[in-house]
Amino acid sequence: MTMSEAAARSYRGNFLKEVEANVEEGDWVKMCMQCGVCSGSCPLGPYWDYPPHEIFMMIRANKRDEVLGSSSMWMCTSCYNCVVRCPRGLPITHIMHGLAHYADRLDIAPADQPTRKFAKMFWKNLTRTGRVNELRLGLALYFMNGMGEGLKTSIKMKDVGLGMVKTKRMNPVEMMGGRGCEDAEGLRAILDKAREIELAKAEKFQA
Amino acid sequence: MARKEYSFYPGCSSRKGASASNYRVSVETMCEELDVQLNDIPDWNCCGASIGYAAGGELPRLALSARNMALSEQAHPDQDIVATCAACWLSTRGTRDRLLEDGDLMQETNQALAAAGLKVEAKQKVRHMVEVLIEDFGYEDLGNRVKKPLNGVRIAGYVGCQTNRPFGIDGESFENPVYLDKLVETLGAESVPRYEKKVQCCGGALAFSEPEKSQALIKEILEAAYDHDAHMIVTPCPVCQMNVEIYQGHINQQYGTKFQMPVVYYSTLISVAYGRSAKASGLNGQVVRAKQLERIADQ
Ligand code: SF4
Ligand code: SF4
Repeated sequence: MTMSEAAARSYRGNFLKEVEANVEEGDWVKMCMQCGVCSGSCPLGPYWDYPPHEIFMMIRANKRDEVLGSSSMWMCTSCYNCVVRCPRGLPITHIMHGLAHYADRLDIAPADQPTRKFAKMFWKNLTRTGRVNELRLGLALYFMNGMGEGLKTSIKMKDVGLGMVKTKRMNPVEMMGGRGCEDAEGLRAILDKAREIELAKAEKFQA
Repeated sequence: MARKEYSFYPGCSSRKGASASNYRVSVETMCEELDVQLNDIPDWNCCGASIGYAAGGELPRLALSARNMALSEQAHPDQDIVATCAACWLSTRGTRDRLLEDGDLMQETNQALAAAGLKVEAKQKVRHMVEVLIEDFGYEDLGNRVKKPLNGVRIAGYVGCQTNRPFGIDGESFENPVYLDKLVETLGAESVPRYEKKVQCCGGALAFSEPEKSQALIKEILEAAYDHDAHMIVTPCPVCQMNVEIYQGHINQQYGTKFQMPVVYYSTLISVAYGRSAKASGLNGQVVRAKQLERIADQ
């Protein structure tokens, strides 16, 4: 049984309960009154397979695979338009981040979703030294779809990169390491502990 | 007036050789003029921005900001935390609010911090530099210090998302904040109060992962500024600044436009208006040069 099947089974087919237990701010989902204001506020709205209000409805309608497997939440730019406009005060941005994170953790999220890939690279980059090394992140990003396309993207990005280097806003020497946190080890210990606490809590809910 | 001190959270992008290093330069110059001392939080770490969520769960992300707050409490317990980056400010302030309203989260976060011998109380206020300007100085005071008014420069105030929502600045409306316009006028320049794209999203971190979709948003932000005959755009956010400035070449290729619009920080405008050099104002960090400001600075 995969982690995902196990998770699904332990909620006996009640996806709303599963979301409430496992997704950041998930207990707000039931408060949605389907007015659609959030969806009308989304800057990348046309690219969502299911806009936010539909996601909330689908959670209640038990559409687990459709929700977690969609690329919708990954279209959230964290603009917080929805949050300040929602008449019910739902922390929609956080719920979208939470759904994306949960779908990633269960590995149901689409494998080739570019924002998923970028977001994971970002986290890897940041946990390495405690600070983001933009150049490493940039290169990893341009090569995330394989060498061929990476080179094409690099060439396309050449002028942008040159502009940044010329104005000293990008430093090729950074590749050698860059200044991270002195106590990067301590930071990683904190993050590991936080993850451990979080997973233990999710497990307790399932039991 | 006595020197003001703050516990400063610089953030990744403002480091030397990073994408907002010019922001940092102009902020330092501005603070010299205002007799403000910024004390870096020792060994600060990345805030996770708004894209850490895929691999980082809720508690790990809260722990990132909590570590910074813990280090700040140790080093500068009597000072407010101040950030210049919108994402740094939002993550840290959001974490503080969550920890203060949820005792369980506070306890779990401290359990995680203990792994590195740290402890957080989240007592210090977390503020954006713009709040310091408006609340601790005020427009009148800021205006009295102007040595070279930015006469004849027409500047569209692009507030963007994360310095505006969900917290807002100075109690202003989320849909039509006017603090940048007021600041622009304070410095003797001309504002564009009807700039309709002032709070439109630039794509944020998705400018990297979804470049075409984000550039379509950026195009609208630039176009609206041109429609109002703006000479340049001013912003309080390093992500907005970078996204709206550096992709203009790509957008021109894609859409056949001829955009060549400088995008500057409020701190650059203030430094120039306070009589400082182009270099000290961070103007050599412009990918699209702000020649009008260079001329004023060189006078
Ligand atoms: S704005 Fe709020 S209440 Fe309306 S559909 Fe969106 S989440 Fe539901
Ligand atoms: S924060 Fe995300 S979900 Fe909300 S309006 Fe912006 S993009 Fe849409």
